Amino acid sequence: MNDQMRYYKPFISPLDPCPPIRVKSYSTPPQLFIPFQPPNLPQFTPYEALKYGTLWPALYSPYPYGHKYVRQEEGDA
Amino acid sequence: MNKALDNEFYQLLHELQSVDFVLVELNLYLDTHPMDANAIQQYNHYAQLRQKIAQLYESKYGPLQNFGQSYSSTPWCWNDAPWPWQV
Amino acid sequence: MWVYEKKLQYPVRVSKCDPRMAKYLMEQYGGADGELAAALRYLNQRYTIPDKVIGLLTDIGTEEFAHLEMIATMIYKLTKDATPEQLREVGLGDHYVAHDSALFYQNAAGVPWTAAYIQAKGDPIADLYEDIAAEEKARATYQWLIDITDDVDLQDSLKFLREREIIHSLRFREAVEILKEKRDEKIFY
Repeated sequence: MNDQMRYYKPFISPLDPCPPIRVKSYSTPPQLFIPFQPPNLPQFTPYEALKYGTLWPALYSPYPYGHKYVRQEEGDA
Repeated sequence: MNKALDNEFYQLLHELQSVDFVLVELNLYLDTHPMDANAIQQYNHYAQLRQKIAQLYESKYGPLQNFGQSYSSTPWCWNDAPWPWQV
Repeated sequence: MWVYEKKLQYPVRVSKCDPRMAKYLMEQYGGADGELAAALRYLNQRYTIPDKVIGLLTDIGTEEFAHLEMIATMIYKLTKDATPEQLREVGLGDHYVAHDSALFYQNAAGVPWTAAYIQAKGDPIADLYEDIAAEEKARATYQWLIDITDDVDLQDSLKFLREREIIHSLRFREAVEILKEKRDEKIFY
């Protein structure tokens, strides 16, 4: 469930007109890492399952998750 | 025709949605795992539970399904509001 | 045949009158990666795919209609009592003159739905890979819809729909694995 985001640093040109986003992100949810669901995975209760949109915690993907991106003024170190 | 939508309505609907959702999840899982006996047992258990909750819901708020899958009182009550997008 | 069930799959609540968000949500109503396209894509591919995965296409295709009804409910609630002036302010003036507040199968930019959005190649692997891609694209669309609204009630329903794309994607991936197996070699658990 944790760390389903991946990050990358796009090239920044001095001629870019908008304040640059230094770090961008994208989602890598659980289905990318489970080629075939194994049997007997732990389950949510029915109410939880409806709330999370799946019966199995291992397949749950929170969104939004972490920072979507870091702009120059926030992330400049 | 306006039926009163009290807390009990939303609670019972929520219960039905939860149990039905477990059934959707197990159904899709079993479509690709047809030999999983535990999941089949769980599916059948929830199918039974579903019937009970649906029966209670229909006795209070009217038929859930058309084409003879639910009973009707008189007058014909399938047409009665609210429809799902109105509640 | 199909039987209708008089309830939503998941509750849809919206906390404010927001016709602009209704316009954006049309992407998932009549857009290329929307719920209508998804339902029709899977239910149409069923006829030319190995028996082992017809059930899955039928069930996911059916669930997509429940999602279509949820999106319709969102659009309905967000525009229900909006005035023509309000619709005009958010760029729905051209929608209003053609449809009043009726729903219409078009995307967020007003482009009508077309069968060209969906594919049926007759090759099981090609079709299932299209289905996996469709689920991932719909997941991404839900992400951007969640990003663009601050209505937490609406976000709640959109998060549910995003998670369903993930589950459907997984099941289609499993269907590919099943079709890769040689006959009588069981990979089922």
